Parts: sequence; structure tokens; C-alpha cells
Amino acid sequence: MSVPLIALFALALLPASVLAQGSAVDEIAKYRAALQDGNPAELWEARGEGLWKSPRGPKNVSLERCDLGLGPGVVKGAYAQLPKYFADADRVQDLETRLVFCMVTFQGFTDAEAKKGPFGGPGRKSDLEALVAYVAGQSRGVKMNVSQAHPREQEAYRLGEKMFYYRGGTHDFACATCHGDDGKRIRLQDLPNLSSTEGARKAYTTWPAYRVSQGELRTFQWRLNDCFRQQRFPELVYASDASIALTMFLARNANGAAFDAPAIKR
Amino acid sequence: MDTTRREWLKSGGGVTLFTLLAAAGWLKPDHALAQAWSKSAFEAKTVDEVEKALGIGAPAQSKDITFVSTPDIAENGAVVPIGIASAIPKTEAIAILIEKNPSTLTANFDIPAGTDPAISTRVKMAQTSNVYALVKADGKYYVASKEIKVTLGGCGG
Amino acid sequence: MPDPMKIRATLVGDSTEVKTIISHEMETGQRKDGQGKIVPAWFIQTVTATYAGKTVLSAQWGPAVAKNPFLAFKFKGGAKGEKVQITWVDNRGEKRTDEAVIG
Repeated sequence: MSVPLIALFALALLPASVLAQGSAVDEIAKYRAALQDGNPAELWEARGEGLWKSPRGPKNVSLERCDLGLGPGVVKGAYAQLPKYFADADRVQDLETRLVFCMVTFQGFTDAEAKKGPFGGPGRKSDLEALVAYVAGQSRGVKMNVSQAHPREQEAYRLGEKMFYYRGGTHDFACATCHGDDGKRIRLQDLPNLSSTEGARKAYTTWPAYRVSQGELRTFQWRLNDCFRQQRFPELVYASDASIALTMFLARNANGAAFDAPAIKR
Repeated sequence: MDTTRREWLKSGGGVTLFTLLAAAGWLKPDHALAQAWSKSAFEAKTVDEVEKALGIGAPAQSKDITFVSTPDIAENGAVVPIGIASAIPKTEAIAILIEKNPSTLTANFDIPAGTDPAISTRVKMAQTSNVYALVKADGKYYVASKEIKVTLGGCGG
Repeated sequence: MPDPMKIRATLVGDSTEVKTIISHEMETGQRKDGQGKIVPAWFIQTVTATYAGKTVLSAQWGPAVAKNPFLAFKFKGGAKGEKVQITWVDNRGEKRTDEAVIG
């Protein structure tokens, strides 16, 4: 009778930190699970659908004539096969670059106008973020199938891979410094190993995402831009060949995994 | 454990929460909270504001108030999921109080007859804090609390 | 005109489950902008949900409710094809009403 009581008493005296260590990871998993129930990204998806279908710009036409790789106006499954070489642009393009191209070509915006304010903030909406959310959401459940058929696509992949391992900046960081191995962590944040197929799949299929800490829907261009900032690299120019190459490297490494975004993240 | 009874008793329990409630304007006899948005209630600061006992008494700790899908740790204080369910008969209102937030009272939900006395929402927490689920049922007050740890501040900058 | 909220109303047995995501900044009035100036508080103060002319939930909120707030609750009653309305009013006096068909 007294033995179980003593055991209970001893348990109660254990420092809270000992009990908490293993469970911290579990609790954070619970936090992430609890967030899944309602994703504010849906607000961006709804706005993006409106922007895709509305006539806009000096030419007052909608983006429904834009070819995202599966034919003009085909949005379903488009995100899962980007980036891709497009003959009309003579360039490998990711979704954001392609959207800018279509806004300029069909709607008559200038390149600067189309690229204005790519990342939203308080009181400042980004049309591109909304369009990305909408198009990405239409690839939910579709298996990643990025092509390497065209030589320019292969070239983009090789460049992206080189960039991934390239050390530079004031801290001599490469992407691989944080994301090139299993088991890395910054404070409570587990860092995915993006050089592994599993890591690349988990990461790439969950962007764009509503970033709780930003209070905004963030795109892959934003994610790369923010990584560069944290690496103390010069700014990664929006929709640049460099940004597309890195995207190609990670997207193609994610091939075979079902796309599942917009997601919700810390 | 959702209702942290041990901590409740250690912290002087009823007195602390009573102070919180008084400060949040919940113990005012006119209880304007249920009818309209009450500026004084939502601007009330926490434990250093003391009001005299208003005849209602400290809310009773209740095991019939549970936190549902409410994690112990929030990865970011900007968005903390809170779910509260009350099994107390004739529940009329559920309020969320966050002790260490700049203003104690976060939200109040009036539950009409026919609506489940359970709500799920998301709040901002400035730092690790006790969170109180305060229930008004049949004119009486009950409470349950839980500590939620926050790893990054969500209230400003 | 504030952005629309997303509302999902689902019949579960004899009850209607309502989930909504509201588009709103929910500024606390604590945050400073890039120039170091305080961004004024701007947040939803009241939320009212109705079905068949009856209030099924009413809430009073402070600025500590999260940005782009999520809300879920359940009420007895409802039928497929009927509508649930949600209205919010913020401290600037702006308001928004949206409705969803119970599915």
C-alpha cells in the first residue's frame, strides 16, 4: 500500500524540467496539429482566385489566358510541375516569375508594376501572394512532377545545387550549413535536411504557407529571400534566375511527393 | 493536467484570480460584459489592481471546465489555439483571461440556450502565462486554468 | 469594404458546426512601425452569429485575439441549405457580414 504511494510522492518531487524535456517536442507537435484546423491561407486563396479571374491592368484582361505549363488557363496541377522551361519567355520560370510574365504580356503591366510589393505586410496587400496561394492550392494532392527534359531545366537544377552548397557571406554560410545534415536544430526549431529526398519533399510540398509569426501568407520566393537574409547574404532578387535555380533544385528533389499547400506554419 | 490545482493552491489561488477578476471588471454587479463591449473590462490590467469584494465571491475551481486541443507550448505567441468546453449546466458565458498579457481579458463568449458551451479560437500571448477559462453558469462563476509556455513573444515587434 | 471571412457550416447529427476564419489585422496598439511610432489599436470588438433570426453566439473581443482570427462553435438545430450569418464590428466602427450555407 505504502510502496505505490512513495513512488507517487517521488514522482511528484522530480524537477519539472526532467519531465518536460521529452514532451517539449510532443507539445510542439500538438501545437502544430491544433493549428491545422483553420488556415488563414484560405483568405489568400479566395482573393487570389478573384485576381486570377478578373480583368485587370491597362489591357483589362484576366489571367485566364496565362499558360502555367499545362495549357492556357489550366490551374489545376500547375504548381506541382513548376519550375519549367517556357519557350515564349525563353527561360526557366517558377510560378511567381510566370505570373509576372503573364501580367506583363497579357495585362499590360510593366515589369516593375507587376513585381511591386511582392511580400505583403500590415496594411499592405500583395496580389502576387494571393495569386500564388490560389494557384498552389489547386495542386493539392498532386504528386510533384518537375521536368528535367529540357537542357535549360537541367542547367537550372545544376546551378541550384551548386548554390545550395556554396559558402559565402560574412558568416561563410551555405544553405547546407543548416540544411545539409540530419539532426540539426536552432533553439527549439528542428532544421529539415533539404539535401535528402525526404527532407526536400516535406519542405517543398508545404510552401506557400501562412506563417503565423509573420501573420501573412508567404511564398517560396519569400522563403528563399528570408533564408538569404538570415545567412547574411546579399538580397536574393525577386524572380531572379538565381532564385529560380534554387527553387528548381528543391522542387525537383521533391518529385514524387504529394503537394500539400498552402500550409500553416510557425 | 489541465486544471493546475497544485499551482492554484501554491499561488494563493483564489485570492490571485479574484484580484484578476476584479481588475477585469467581471465582478461588477452590473456585469456590462454580457451586453456590450466594455472598455473598462478590456483595458483592466492584472494583479496590481485590487478591488473590494463585491459579494460574488471567488469563482469555484471546476473540473467540469476543460481545455480542448490547447497545447502546453506555443511555438509562437502570435497565435495560440485555445479550446474550452464547459460541462456545467446552464453555462451562459465563457471568457478567456491571460494573466501576463498587457490586458487580462482577451475574449468573452455569450452562449445562448441551444448553443454548445464550447468554443475554439486563437489568442495572442505576450509571454508564458497562466490562462484562465472563466465560466458563468446559472449566475455563478467557475474557473479552470492552465499554464501555456510561449517560445516567442507575439504582442509587438 | 473589409475583406470577406471564410465560413464553413456543417450539419453533424442534429447540430450545426460552424468554423470561420475572419480577415482582420487585430492590431494590439502595442506594436511599433518601422519609424518607431505606435501602430494604433485596430481590432474586432463584437462578433454575432445568427441562424433563422436567432443569435447562436455573441462575443466581445479585445486586441489579444489573434490576427486573422479563427472561431469554432456548435449549436443545436440547422438544416442543409439554410444559412448562418456572422457579423463583426471593430473599434473603428467598420463591420462585415457574411453568410454560409449549411452543408
